[in-house]
Amino acid sequence: MKFSVIVEVTGLDGIADPEGQTIERALPALGFEGVEHVRVGKVVRFDLEAHDEDAARATSEELCRRLLANPVIEQAEVSLAPAGQAR
Amino acid sequence: MTRLAVVVFPGSNCEHDVVAALGVVGIDSTLVWHTEADLGGADGVVLPGGYAHGDYLRPGAIARFSPIMAAVSDLAQAGGPVIGICNGFQVLTEAGLLPGALRRNAGLRFLCQTTRLRVVTTRSALTNRCENGQLLELPINHNEGNFTCDKGTLRRLIDNDQIVLSYVDNPNGSVGDIAGICSEGRNVVGLMPHPERASSALLGSLDGLALLRSLTNQPASSLSLGDEPGATARFAAAN
Repeated sequence: MKFSVIVEVTGLDGIADPEGQTIERALPALGFEGVEHVRVGKVVRFDLEAHDEDAARATSEELCRRLLANPVIEQAEVSLAPAGQAR
Repeated sequence: MTRLAVVVFPGSNCEHDVVAALGVVGIDSTLVWHTEADLGGADGVVLPGGYAHGDYLRPGAIARFSPIMAAVSDLAQAGGPVIGICNGFQVLTEAGLLPGALRRNAGLRFLCQTTRLRVVTTRSALTNRCENGQLLELPINHNEGNFTCDKGTLRRLIDNDQIVLSYVDNPNGSVGDIAGICSEGRNVVGLMPHPERASSALLGSLDGLALLRSLTNQPASSLSLGDEPGATARFAAAN
């Protein structure tokens, strides 16, 4: 079956994110108070053919480890659902 | 006679500069396209600067899977000199041939400037003709030059004398002011500054030649230090 996968790649906790910090500092100037822990990353979406959800997740996580994220500096979070299903 | 291969990825842009600068120190080199399976019997290899594969995903993330990288890895294992300059350094860390990673500059700006560097160790393929503590002026030209690694890795780099070059005034946030490192075998070297852009009096500095001539096995006295007669003397007089 086909799954649609969303991967969020962000910096590892503890690694400085100057882009996130800059955004966080800018928000109060626009009147948005109480926003903290802003992290900037990237999103990768793709469709994946797999036997079941466990297999789709295993493949997606392996693909993150080997290519989409650099484990020295980044972490990846996978979310997936059968393709065409609203979420 | 040393002969080097200079790998060209789609998006590399310093390969001809590297070939020209190597020529100044008497090293013959040939360009090798990234889809090749071997380095044509070269004694060593340089991965030049640029934007291999457009820096898509992360600098070096796609280039590390190029067919030529198997041969680069084999040469590294065999102890041959493997030098990554700027984007080439990023490729070497992505390929796992050097530890750590290069993140976006701490100030979020692309940096294009001359930097002052200190030779931290002469025990590397790229600094064996330098002196410990020698100061060099070389240009940097990067957006992702912020060397990052965990504390344990930094400890190992220091304890094993693997930090090759450090910035006198850290421009990009690199941990430990690191501008270049080498492998435990000392033959794989990655650095963000561009020695090939400091290889002629016309370029404002000849300091890159101090690094590049480490790749030769000729006696230092036989090396020409300018690409035109009298260049060194004129540069010295002008500074």
